[in-house]
Amino acid sequence: MLKIQNLQAGIEGRTILKGINLEIKAGEVHAIMGPNGSGKSTLASVIAGKTDYEVTEGRIEFMGKDLLDMLPEKRAGEGLFLGFQYPVEIPGLSTTNFIKTAVNELRKYRGEEPLDAVAFLRLMKEKMALMDIQQPLLSRSLNEGFSGGEKKRNEIFQMAMLQPKLAILDETDSGLDIDAIRIVANGVNKLRSKDNAVLLITHYQRLLDFIIPDFVHVLYNGRIVKSGTKELALELELKGYDFIKNDLNIAETV
Amino acid sequence: MDTIEYLTGQFHEFPQDSIDRGLDILRQDAFNAFNTMGIPGMKHEEWKYTRINKLFNTDYSLSADPADHSVSTSDLGPYRLPGNKDANELFFINGRFAFDLSVIQSAGLQVLPISTAYNGEHRDVIAENLSHSSRYLKDGINALNTAFLQHGVFIQVGRGLILEHPVYIYNITDARTANIFSQPRSLVNINEGAQVQMVETFITFGMNESFTNQVMEVVVQQDAVVEYYKIQNDASHTNQVSTTHFRQTAKSYVHTVTISLNGGIVRNNLNMVMDAEHCESHLYGLYFQQGKSHIDNHTIVDNAMPNCLSNEFYKGILDGNSSGVFNGKIFVQRDAQKTNAYQSNKNVLLSEEASVNTKPQLEIFADDVKCSHGCTVGRLDEEGLFYLRSRGISEKIARSLLLHGFVVDILDKIRLAVIRNYADQLISERLEFDIS
Repeated sequence: MLKIQNLQAGIEGRTILKGINLEIKAGEVHAIMGPNGSGKSTLASVIAGKTDYEVTEGRIEFMGKDLLDMLPEKRAGEGLFLGFQYPVEIPGLSTTNFIKTAVNELRKYRGEEPLDAVAFLRLMKEKMALMDIQQPLLSRSLNEGFSGGEKKRNEIFQMAMLQPKLAILDETDSGLDIDAIRIVANGVNKLRSKDNAVLLITHYQRLLDFIIPDFVHVLYNGRIVKSGTKELALELELKGYDFIKNDLNIAETV
Repeated sequence: MDTIEYLTGQFHEFPQDSIDRGLDILRQDAFNAFNTMGIPGMKHEEWKYTRINKLFNTDYSLSADPADHSVSTSDLGPYRLPGNKDANELFFINGRFAFDLSVIQSAGLQVLPISTAYNGEHRDVIAENLSHSSRYLKDGINALNTAFLQHGVFIQVGRGLILEHPVYIYNITDARTANIFSQPRSLVNINEGAQVQMVETFITFGMNESFTNQVMEVVVQQDAVVEYYKIQNDASHTNQVSTTHFRQTAKSYVHTVTISLNGGIVRNNLNMVMDAEHCESHLYGLYFQQGKSHIDNHTIVDNAMPNCLSNEFYKGILDGNSSGVFNGKIFVQRDAQKTNAYQSNKNVLLSEEASVNTKPQLEIFADDVKCSHGCTVGRLDEEGLFYLRSRGISEKIARSLLLHGFVVDILDKIRLAVIRNYADQLISERLEFDIS
């Protein structure tokens, strides 16, 4: 589904990603962990098409197409979704209107008719129940004045409404209490299928208790330095990132 | 012929008609003031960024006969505002009040020629309030309107009456056959305890040049409540200076929204004189300009007496080569203790060529007051744009959604639903955006 080869990217002349290789297949859940400043959010932003970043090397293929050539909205049209670490507040645009516009723009991209009001409402009610979201929140301006937990739940709610093939969730767990994490994780798990995939970006192992990944990768200093299964996350939790750094130092001195 | 020479000729042609010559003296004084001050140019502090003197290089006709208009009801059809069937509709054509076209539905609403009102039972209120705006607007352009006010009207809403039908005021310039300079003039008296919603708009017929220099003075008597909405969406070959001057007396309430969407040079003077205790006023504005349009909102809030509240919030979007000015003066006079006065102006520039000059100007002479002001000039939020695009929304629609979101809180201040929706529709059409 997603194939990243030797991806190098940076911002304002500073290289952040120094050769990322990663392949995600349909039905898989991957987790990328790593210390602050290792390039996790940069990777998410580059995949979603944020123009602040400059890609200097490598390629990203999504569903067999060259992703780096596409505008952000086209990437979404192809089935990519980014759950933002810091969802943006948009004054004067209700969450409902926003989601309705997005749903119908994606349908248009796929050559489908727009959803009528009844069908849209039915879909919304179903996903609202899944994410424990109430109507008043959706009538408010998008993310404006939302609590941290509301913002993150709203991200997963959008994901549920837009039904992407690949969802990249950038630190969706940060700032959440345990109940909120449970709701978010439950939402993600319900949406998992053999046809879609999830890439979780997280600092902590905690989220991975609720969403069990198939693969865990450690990003350090712009490179994936270690990959493994969910046990790797547990090991990181126990030993901290230092053991990775130490391993690397040993490797470099040998 | 030189326009100023022409206007001088016209001034001397008009008959003088009031019994004790009160109006004539007012006119003559104003004409002298016009001759002394002239058309304000760049050196006039309040006109630094808005140049109207070049408009006087055009040959205008200022028609001399009040009955001389050739506008029919069917001409007006497409320009009437939504909700007009339930509204009182007052038409000014080329600066003259058109009694033949106007439709008054509310029994408590009265419109009289200013001289009739002055020579009749309304002498005191007219003597006290007519040309009150000249105390605040020291320039030849305000004086020029007053010099020609003999064809103005006196509008009044009776004591304690709550007008069920809003009052729509159309300033129409018929420039189908000539360049037109028009000067609508009115004094509105909202009597004690009355409540009224007013909507004002500006429309030009024809492709000749037009310049409207309008003055409306409104007296808001004790406990009266006024909502006033101004919609400016005239063609880009039209120019106007539109002065709306409120004088509030005790415990009155004024709520204004000024929406400016098109025009050549548009200068608004909105004055709020809070001349008694416990007055409240809200001044909201929204300008969205493109092409070469120029919009200037000059506002004055004068807190003369204690315990008043004023709240001012203007937002602007400037695209293309358009330019904007916001100048917000707030006076808090020595006696006006316990004043609350707030002001904010936010701007979004959509192109490199667009510009805005924004200037808060607070002059506070009392010591127990709460005042705040702030202004911002920025670009469209790139983070917001990326957020919407990452959900599959095209850049064009994402921009429209963000801009619509930026203006919607001002639109929501229009409490007359048909007019709110009309303004929203005009903006949404410009954004090529479906509001349903």
